[in-house]
Amino acid sequence: MLNIVQVISIWAIPVIITLIPCYAFVKGVPVYDTFVKGAVDGFKTVVRIIPYLVAMMVTINILRASGTLELVTKVMQPVLDLLAIPGDIFPLVILRPLSGNGSLAFVNSIFQHHGPDSLLGNMASTIMGSSETTFYVVAVYFGAVGISDSRYAIPIGLIADIIGFIAAVFICNLVFG
Amino acid sequence: MMNKIWLGLIVLGIVVGAINGKMEAVSASILQAAIDSVEILFKLIGPMAFWLGIMKIAEESGFTTLIARMIKPVMRRLFPEIPPEHPAMGAMIMNFSANILGLGNSSTPLGIQAMKELQTLNPQKKRATKAMLTFMVINTSSITLLPGTMIGLRVAAGSTEPTVIIGTTIFATVCSTVAALTVDRFCRLVIRD
Repeated sequence: MLNIVQVISIWAIPVIITLIPCYAFVKGVPVYDTFVKGAVDGFKTVVRIIPYLVAMMVTINILRASGTLELVTKVMQPVLDLLAIPGDIFPLVILRPLSGNGSLAFVNSIFQHHGPDSLLGNMASTIMGSSETTFYVVAVYFGAVGISDSRYAIPIGLIADIIGFIAAVFICNLVFG
Repeated sequence: MMNKIWLGLIVLGIVVGAINGKMEAVSASILQAAIDSVEILFKLIGPMAFWLGIMKIAEESGFTTLIARMIKPVMRRLFPEIPPEHPAMGAMIMNFSANILGLGNSSTPLGIQAMKELQTLNPQKKRATKAMLTFMVINTSSITLLPGTMIGLRVAAGSTEPTVIIGTTIFATVCSTVAALTVDRFCRLVIRD
C-alpha cells in the first residue's frame, strides 16, 4: 500500500507536466513561449495576497499568544465528554483551521508522547489528512482576486472541519479502538 | 461583516491576553505574524509561477476544456451557473485533482487560478459568487484521498504502519465534504445574491 501511494505521489506531477505540453505541442501551441507568458503573473498574484494573509495571521497569533485558544478549549470541555473525544486531541480542532504549521507541530508532539501507531496517533493523522487550514485557504483564494466579502465561506468551512473531526474520531475509535 | 469579526477577534485576544498577563508574548507575536505570512507567501511564488505557466499551456491548447468536458455531468450539477466549457471548470478540476492526490504545494496555485477564472464571471468584484463559495467549500472541507504529507510524517516518526490511516482519512473526508456540500446547497436555496 505504501508503495502504491509513493508511486502515485512521485509520478503525478512529472506525468502531468509531460502530458499537457505534449498535447499542446501536437495542437500547434508554442509551449515555451506560452509557459513564460503564464508564469510571469506568478509574482503579481502572490503579492496581491499579502495584505489579506497578514491581516489574518496577525489575528490568529494574537489569539494563540494571549491564551484565548486555551480558554476556548476549556469552555468546550463538556461538549467533548459528550462526544467521547479525548481531551488530548481537542487542541487540534481549534488549531487545525487556523494554522497549518501549528497543527503539524501539535500532531508531532502527539507522535512523540503516544507514538504514531497509537489510537491518538492514528486519530491525529486522520484529522490532519481529512481537514484543511480553512482560514488560510479563504484568505489566500479570495485575497488573490481581491474579494473582501467572503459571505458564508468561513462558517461552512468550519462546519466541514467539525463534521470531519467528529467523523475521524468516530471511525478511529471503531477501527483502532 | 468581516470588519466586525476581525476587530472583535483582535479586541478579544488583547483583553484575554491582558487578563492572563501575557502582553509581552502577544506584543511579540503580532509583528512575528506579519513576518511569517510573507515568508509563507514567498515560498508560494515559485510554485505559483510554475503552475500558472502550465495552466496557460493547458488553456491555450484546449486541454482544460477537454477534461472539463470529460466530467461535465458532475461539474454542471455542482456549478450550474458556470458555462460547461468555461476555463474556470478546467482550472477547478485541476485543483480538485491536486487535492485528491494530496499534492499540497500544487493545489493552492491551481486553486488561485480557478478563482481568477471564476472572478471573470463575477458582476460584483468585491463579493464572492455562489460558484466561488461552492468551490471554496469543496476546498476547505478537504477532498484528500491520498494523505501523502501525513504518511510521510508518520514514517519520519517511526510508524510501523504508516498507511493504515488512508481508509479512516477517506471516511472522514467523505463525511465532511458531503456535509459541507449539503449546507452549501441549502445556503444556495435560502440566501439570495
